[in-house]
Amino acid sequence: MEIIVCVKRVPDVAEVEVEVDRSGRALERQDLAYGINEWDNFAIEAAVSLVEAHGGRSTAVTVGGPEDEEVLRRALAMGVNEALHLCDPAFAGADAHGVALLLQRAIAARPFDLVLTGAISSDQRNGQVGGMLAALLGIPQVALATELKVENGRAVVRHEVEGGLERVVELDLPALVSVQTGINEPRYVSVRGIRKVADQAIPVLDAASLGLDAAQAQALLAQVRIEELFLPQRGKGAEMLEGSDEEKVLKLIERLRERGGL
Amino acid sequence: MSASDVTLPAPAAQDLLGLPAPAFHLAMLVLAAAAFGFILWKRARLLLQGAPDPRLDRIGTRLARLLFLGFGQARQPRYPAAGVLHILIFAGFLILSLRSLTLLGEGFSAGFALPGLAGRAGAAYASLKDWTALVVLACCVVAAVRRALFAPARYHDRHARKSHAREAYVILGLISLLMVADALYEGAALAGSGGAGPRLPLASAAALCLGGLPDAALGVLHLSAFWIHNAALLFFLCYLPVSKHFHVITSLPNVFLLDLRAGGAVKPPRHGAVDQGAAEALGVGRLEGFTWKHLLDFYTCTDCGRCSDQCPAYATGTLLSPRMISIKCRDLAYQCFPLLGATVPPEERPALVGDVIAAGEIWSCTTCGACEEVCPVLIEYVDKIVDLRRFLVDQGDVPPSLQKPLAALEKHGNPYGKMARKRGDWAGGGEEGGSGVRVLKEGESADLLFFTDSCVAYDPRLQRIGQALGALFGAAGLDCGTLGKDEVDSGHEARRMGEEGLFETLRDKNLEALGRRTFARLVTADPHAMSALKNDGYGLAQPILHHSQLLAELLAAGRLVPGPLGDERVYTFHDPCYLGRHNGEFAAPRAVLSALPGLRLVEMARARSRSFCCGGGSLYLFSEVECEARMGELRLCMAEEAGAQVIVTACPFCLLNLEDAIKTSGREGRMEVLDLAELVVRSLNRGVVG
Repeated sequence: MEIIVCVKRVPDVAEVEVEVDRSGRALERQDLAYGINEWDNFAIEAAVSLVEAHGGRSTAVTVGGPEDEEVLRRALAMGVNEALHLCDPAFAGADAHGVALLLQRAIAARPFDLVLTGAISSDQRNGQVGGMLAALLGIPQVALATELKVENGRAVVRHEVEGGLERVVELDLPALVSVQTGINEPRYVSVRGIRKVADQAIPVLDAASLGLDAAQAQALLAQVRIEELFLPQRGKGAEMLEGSDEEKVLKLIERLRERGGL
Repeated sequence: MSASDVTLPAPAAQDLLGLPAPAFHLAMLVLAAAAFGFILWKRARLLLQGAPDPRLDRIGTRLARLLFLGFGQARQPRYPAAGVLHILIFAGFLILSLRSLTLLGEGFSAGFALPGLAGRAGAAYASLKDWTALVVLACCVVAAVRRALFAPARYHDRHARKSHAREAYVILGLISLLMVADALYEGAALAGSGGAGPRLPLASAAALCLGGLPDAALGVLHLSAFWIHNAALLFFLCYLPVSKHFHVITSLPNVFLLDLRAGGAVKPPRHGAVDQGAAEALGVGRLEGFTWKHLLDFYTCTDCGRCSDQCPAYATGTLLSPRMISIKCRDLAYQCFPLLGATVPPEERPALVGDVIAAGEIWSCTTCGACEEVCPVLIEYVDKIVDLRRFLVDQGDVPPSLQKPLAALEKHGNPYGKMARKRGDWAGGGEEGGSGVRVLKEGESADLLFFTDSCVAYDPRLQRIGQALGALFGAAGLDCGTLGKDEVDSGHEARRMGEEGLFETLRDKNLEALGRRTFARLVTADPHAMSALKNDGYGLAQPILHHSQLLAELLAAGRLVPGPLGDERVYTFHDPCYLGRHNGEFAAPRAVLSALPGLRLVEMARARSRSFCCGGGSLYLFSEVECEARMGELRLCMAEEAGAQVIVTACPFCLLNLEDAIKTSGREGRMEVLDLAELVVRSLNRGVVG
């Protein structure tokens, strides 16, 4: 079975106070640490364990600059067999559709049974690439998968639907499945594991090798442009109630009364 | 020999089963020696396949430790009842070994005596031996009764699938049989000659019982007792290496081969390997991955249960029982390297990690070292646990709760995932803090370098320890700086979690930052960081201090002048594992406490080297181990039993864990936990005011 897993390098902003840079359109990158998009980590684990169970080959693909190679190394350390780096200055600023287009051109040229993506990326939070890529490849897609099995050339997918419901669907391969967190327990990647794949060659595909004219690529790939990026206005600060538990409760009741809550 | 030799037949002079006694005796000896040698050879096969482990350095120190801990049985009295019994039986074993040799000799030649044990010396030894035999016999009876009726809880491990009680009774029975047989052998002779007396209490008692028997019956008894004694002795020898009493043979070598590296150090993944990362797999995933010494540990375990009795993970009901690590690995070793038949190939064995030892056991250890501290035969556990973790990490098998902090350490240099840039902010403003600690830029110097480590740098509660220390350094007029954003985590926990590569990355970053600043001494408030900087291959030339050591020094020199605390509450000191047990510093924090006027101080029953882990530091705060009770809450109970309301500690993680325990156990307002530095600040402020 041939599995393609699409991954993205994102800034880790969970415990970080982000700042907008002078352009007003991007984050101040200096103090940010980057890593694999959390959802993609689950997609890689799904790809690796499917190949472990059924045989075949898994390939990780990313669109990004030279520094983004690190997530491909990480995927190799987790056990994917190959990696593919779509890298060209002309790809800068690509929007979701642009990224999907680049991925489609790279993937369509190869044999594949299953394409996996993360459900969403933690930085842009569009959640669009999976759907667009499936449409461009002309294959069926299931989003927000929480369980994924492959049986007799078909994928059986459990996934989240509206209203807290879950549904099990079956679809013919080839197909695209975008993966929700919690679908598995991704294996740990040790520093030594990364070092072990440091010498593995990662082919780089530029605009030309994807059949794109670098001069015109920008207009095609970056149709959605960021106008302004800003931190929301801070609301009025919360009030911390002091004292013993009993005093705190009394103060809370008092506040609620004052403001007509009781 | 007594006058009885005249009247009763000597064993060596009689024929047995048609053979002259010496020939029969020789056959017995050869058979036993062959069986014993065969068993030892089979046992040694596994050791020969173990990983390398250099243990023959510093022979003088090793001999001294052997004398003190081995022959001196120095760790036995930690459990007074069992300890005294064991010391008596062990001493008896040493004294009676001469008697055993003599009796083996008597099988060949009548009236045989060891060189130097003839004449008056022989008579003196005969008396000593007889008194010893009496004591040993009494000890065996007491030990058997104790095991049968008053067995301590530690004898039964809740994770054990089978009991070794039967083996214990067999051994006690065999020892008793040896004592009784020798008593009858001598007693029969005494009864014949009338030489009984207090000089030979046990033999005389036997003689008394045998009084009145005809000489012929005494002769038969005399001879039978002799042969029973020697047969039992040789059986005993061969039974040892197939029972838990293998320790009778292996424990003294095991003590001699003890780990002489600095306390708290972790063994490298593979001794002697130039590139630790080069191996195909890291850590221990099968028996032969253990070092030969660690395999010898398994053979040596006496199943006494003291390790698990002291283990905080066992006390809180986790999956871990250190004793069972040894027992299960020994069972696996005997199963895969059987006495008869071929070695079981690795692919046909149960998996060491997974089938034999569960991942849950491996992750439950806080590496506090209580098990190693108490083990009478110096079995090592922490290094084994770390080796097993290295294997799990290498396989990618790390609990999700630990993956996040490990990833954060890699990306941000701290387990919280906070920004590296903010690391020095605790000192106040980043540049010249009001705390007396300044952030050193590259190329700058200070007398004292304060290594904060991640917890004191980022945790709001623990930042107060750094600030308290800063105030004290300021008050003492010290010139103190920190690395600020250029510092990363010491890597202490990363290493103990088995993430050797991450540890090396962190260490190298710190070494680079430290190398670009000049300082005379380094101090830290975190014993884990101190231990890592001292023992984990940082190789710094400057002295590395824990803040308790520096504070003791400043108080002794009068550079800090404390005032009366004016606090009626009773204080106790909780020894952090990596300050006390692992690095031997028990005195400095106590010197600080005793320098504070008017402090009412008590010691907990489990103080100093017996201290009970708070629950563990750094990454343990993120790990979710299944347990029935929290270590911190148990520790609070111990402080309460000692009558204390305030627990003083000297480790940021002890502080966090114990403070959490106060909240979760509803002791808020009744108990308080303080860092040593915070207490000194309180006392100092009183001093200024008063």
